[in-house]
Amino acid sequence: MDVSFINPFLEAAVNVLQTMAFTETHVGKPFLKGKAPLSEGDVTGIVGLTGDKHGSLAVSFSEAAILQVVSNMFGEACKDINDDVRDAVGEITNMICGDARRILAEHGHHFQAAIPTVIDGKGHKICHPFPGPVLVIPFTVGEEGMCVLEVCLTESDSRQGQTPKNSRLPH
Amino acid sequence: MPDQNMKILTVDDFSTMRRIIRNMLRQLGYNNIVEAEDGAEALSLLQREKVDFVISDWNMPHMNGLDLLKAIRADDNLKPLPVLLVTAEALKENVVEALKAGVNNYVVKPFTAETLKERIDAIFKE
Repeated sequence: MDVSFINPFLEAAVNVLQTMAFTETHVGKPFLKGKAPLSEGDVTGIVGLTGDKHGSLAVSFSEAAILQVVSNMFGEACKDINDDVRDAVGEITNMICGDARRILAEHGHHFQAAIPTVIDGKGHKICHPFPGPVLVIPFTVGEEGMCVLEVCLTESDSRQGQTPKNSRLPH
Repeated sequence: MPDQNMKILTVDDFSTMRRIIRNMLRQLGYNNIVEAEDGAEALSLLQREKVDFVISDWNMPHMNGLDLLKAIRADDNLKPLPVLLVTAEALKENVVEALKAGVNNYVVKPFTAETLKERIDAIFKE
């Protein structure tokens, strides 16, 4: 997978979490996701991408990570994963995707994005709408939180005749 | 210096973003804030209530921020209303389209309260 398509997502995630949630992150070693579609987190935002390539971005947080992030964003303590937290995960995913698309556009790569979908629950599965390798980038959030970015991008030709399973149309 | 008592309408389909902007505005001393979930709800509110300033997201279902801006500029009563658009990206063609439609300024997510203050101050300096 071409890192020039991946780094903007990582840069955007760090930027969004720092700017909107005043949260420091430490990036771990990226790896290719295996066959098991289990996420690394407790709540996940996923958004479909079309354009120069096709695929999706998933942003998955452990409970400790997202509660810290949302508490910082709102300026008040969030104690469990409720509707406010799920909405925040959707908006964080949206912002990371938008910021990454801005960086990609500066390098001549243009993408459109769908509206994010949010999934939560321990051990939930993340199924990316299009087939292809999924690069996982783990990072720590604050002192004990974990977050992973999953980026799945395939050549536009590889999706011919296929229908995305759970993404919504771009707007 | 903008009037700290002005009535500000924030429009976003994500309650998170409305809450973040509301918190930032309060931090900046603006406490007279009303909210709408999309452009259509915002337009309906604007036709019922006097509002002094609109901060609207770009990407929303039903009526997006650009269409809301165009509707405001097409309405004789609402035409002079200052509008700040919030966008998740800063594509040149989008910016040009928004400027043509009469936007007063725009801010790209993610942003800080300081950036929001700069945009508001710039709008009300005009």
